[in-house]
Amino acid sequence: MKDLRYLDDVSSLVLDEEKCIGCSLCTEVCPQAVFEMRDNKAHIVDFNACMECGACVNNCPSKAISVSPGVG
Amino acid sequence: MDKISTSGVNIMSSMDEIALSCSNEPSNPIADYEKPGYKLCSYVDRFMKTNAGVIPIIKTKLGKDDLFSTFYVRCGISRHKYTVAPGLYGIGNPDKNSEVLITANFKLTFDHLRKELADINAWILVLDTKGINVWCAAGKGTFSTLELVNRIKACKLEKIVDHKRVIVPQLGATGVSAGDVKKLSGFRVVYGPIRANDIPAFLKNKRRADKNMRQVTFNLYERFILTPVEIQIVLKPALIAALVLFIVSGFGPGIFSFSGALERGWISFFALITGIVSGGFVTPVLLPFIPSRQFALKGIIAGSVLSIPILILFSNAIKGVSGFAALFLFSVTISSYLAMNFTGATPFTSPSGVEKEMKRYIPVQLVCLVISSGLWIYSAF
Repeated sequence: MKDLRYLDDVSSLVLDEEKCIGCSLCTEVCPQAVFEMRDNKAHIVDFNACMECGACVNNCPSKAISVSPGVG
Repeated sequence: MDKISTSGVNIMSSMDEIALSCSNEPSNPIADYEKPGYKLCSYVDRFMKTNAGVIPIIKTKLGKDDLFSTFYVRCGISRHKYTVAPGLYGIGNPDKNSEVLITANFKLTFDHLRKELADINAWILVLDTKGINVWCAAGKGTFSTLELVNRIKACKLEKIVDHKRVIVPQLGATGVSAGDVKKLSGFRVVYGPIRANDIPAFLKNKRRADKNMRQVTFNLYERFILTPVEIQIVLKPALIAALVLFIVSGFGPGIFSFSGALERGWISFFALITGIVSGGFVTPVLLPFIPSRQFALKGIIAGSVLSIPILILFSNAIKGVSGFAALFLFSVTISSYLAMNFTGATPFTSPSGVEKEMKRYIPVQLVCLVISSGLWIYSAF
């Protein structure tokens, strides 16, 4: 979201680009446009927009993404 | 004899009238589906026989009762038992090639979806999310891979459609793994748009969503519509707080006085209301316009701006600087706490961020509350 931003540098999102197989499902499910595809690999382009909802983690077929939020 | 026959004729003619007016009433084909002990739902238009049983076809127009219920639920009234039965429904004239849209069994969600689907033929598979909307249920684990797979099997979806595809709302992805659904049910998950009103365009565009359809928004209306529930949630604690305020306000030179409790309790009650309005309504609605990214700090800023003019208005009734400071601190603290609470209702705050904020601000809020009470009692002397 561009007009409303939350705290920077808090998300526990990690993307292992080596494991990425380029299916682009993470760019589809992320509601905050955190990912973009470049050269058939997913890249984090807006890390601080991540709200740790876990949609990308659930749907990544190669387990290349993880988030580990606390209790919230 | 004569008398009897006339009255007999009269009776006959009046009965004819009744019979005539009865037969003029529009026939209700839905009534054929009535069963003793069951009640037909007002959103059902008709029923359709399929290979997998009789399926209700639902209306795409909301009725008066739907709109009234929406209003109540938005105000927080019985919003925890506002559900539709999980299972398969149809919209329009669905057939074996129609899409299958997955949704939650919160009636607000169900209504929101069907009202956007006029002129569309589709199946709607409602998951049992215990009356919770798609995103929250996905986060809580009721809108899940397992529930979707079990519901597909229970409804015999393979007998309803020839294709092997279900459209899951994008926000359901938090609880659904497309890969696991495919493995367990044979159905491929296609993630649909976030908002129901983008579904017609999504379907027309060969099930492709553009970038806007994939991003959440939180505009003025979307923030405003959440505030009645925010206020409703704090009503009960606020009532208890008000009682405590009247008691605390009674402490003074004569240990405890009822006149003091009433006089000073009344003013502190206004300070409480100011804090609630500031944190539960003003901060959410004006969210992007209030400086700082930290909700607790947004609440402090909004609370300060609101409480100062109100306290000045009541300045005749407040004794000295200590009384003024006590009420100011109290309003601001309540506002800060409620604003921080609103992080749970927004679609852009991360749990890690909220945790960081709470660790920082809850101790501050507690200390402020203690200082405020001390100052308030002190100001009575």
